[in-house]
Amino acid sequence: MSGPPSSETPPLRVVLAKLGFDGHDRGLRVVARLLRDAGCEVIYLGLRQSVDNVVAVVEQEDADAVGLSMHNAGHLTLAPKMVQALRDAGLDTPVVVGGIIPDVDVEPLRQAGVAAILGPGASAEEVVHAVRSAVDSTP
Amino acid sequence: MTQRGLDLDDIVERALGGQRRAVGRLLSVAERGGAEADRLTAALHGRSARAHIVGITGPPGSGKSTLVGRLTAAAAASGANPAVLAVDPSSPLTGGAILGDRIRIDRTGGDVFVRSIATRGHAGGLAVAVPGAIRVLDATGFDPIIIETVGVGQVEVDIAAMADTTVVVANPGTGDAVQANKAGLLEIADIFVVNKADLPEAEALRLDLERMLDLSHVTGHEAYRGRRAPIVLTESLSGTGIDELWTEIIDHRSLLDASNARQLRQLLRLRAEVEALVAGRIHRLTRAVFDSSAGERALADLASGRIDPVAAAEIILDEGTASLGS
Repeated sequence: MSGPPSSETPPLRVVLAKLGFDGHDRGLRVVARLLRDAGCEVIYLGLRQSVDNVVAVVEQEDADAVGLSMHNAGHLTLAPKMVQALRDAGLDTPVVVGGIIPDVDVEPLRQAGVAAILGPGASAEEVVHAVRSAVDSTP
Repeated sequence: MTQRGLDLDDIVERALGGQRRAVGRLLSVAERGGAEADRLTAALHGRSARAHIVGITGPPGSGKSTLVGRLTAAAAASGANPAVLAVDPSSPLTGGAILGDRIRIDRTGGDVFVRSIATRGHAGGLAVAVPGAIRVLDATGFDPIIIETVGVGQVEVDIAAMADTTVVVANPGTGDAVQANKAGLLEIADIFVVNKADLPEAEALRLDLERMLDLSHVTGHEAYRGRRAPIVLTESLSGTGIDELWTEIIDHRSLLDASNARQLRQLLRLRAEVEALVAGRIHRLTRAVFDSSAGERALADLASGRIDPVAAAEIILDEGTASLGS
């Protein structure tokens, strides 16, 4: 006897982290609440994470997306590394970056495979929409 | 997870081969329930029932996650291959959750396999999801499997009580002897932990627990649980008392193995899972009746006062049973 297919779509599972030496986690906490209140399951890693640790967590948690918060001008180095580390592990998990990202850096980050970039002042709707569409457009 | 293709047999194969990503995927299947989860159960059932299940529960903020991290490190140091299921609540309003246990577990536990599970509100969901997750971890070679739940709410207590060894964490300064004798959390402990034992009232709490256990001896509760529960004082941050706690867990395991108690607890776990599966099917069945014309008629009759709620329930159950036969 087999059960019926589960009718409800399971909640999106999103890993939130800050990489390296970057102590500004206020924004990440706000995003965690935004996503929670939008019905997502947030796996909150917080400060001082390594790229390898995030990959391990995505595997164990079967996460749908990774959200990185960056306020230390390291985004051009660390965000592409994050994307590459996931791809190297055979994961197609989209990476969304938020924080202080100058306009001129947006295109290079996109080129490096970052799915969406959110700056200061992004609304709750924009944050949630960015994560959802990043997941939806993942093959 | 939502749109990715799923070749279950292939993923099972890779998970059994030790690939952590595949184990993660299987845990999602188990958690989601439905036909895929049923297939997974069929594939793994014969391969499991070996791992020691340790439940860790206690009030929010009592230091469970840090303690669990320390425990996994102690387990790994002794040659075991531990995994953790960390259960946190879902919002009843939006279904969302912030799963924050693993940031502390990772900090003290290192490279251990941790899966965060949200309670996901739906009726009896956790009661099916957790045994399913245990089955996956057990079959893929993890032992012990440590389940961390917040010790509030019946479901969370039930989950912790399902374990082979249930550890209840308490903090100094959070209650007196009357609290210690209240029914609930403290009744299900095989081992007590007084965490944050560097706090001044740790010794007072230990004495309160000892006196509570004295009464358990008198009332027969001790005989029912099989032994007097030991009390271990720990400081998760420094690691003090962790080795002693790990030793107590191992001792309890040996004690269960020496009698048929471990098999008995396994059987109780399986029974609880079957009950939850049956309840889930009845839930879906009756929901379908509610949406049918017979269900609407019964509700209309109830609204107009022609029948009472008990009679309406009888009609829903009869209709549901009849639809099973057809």
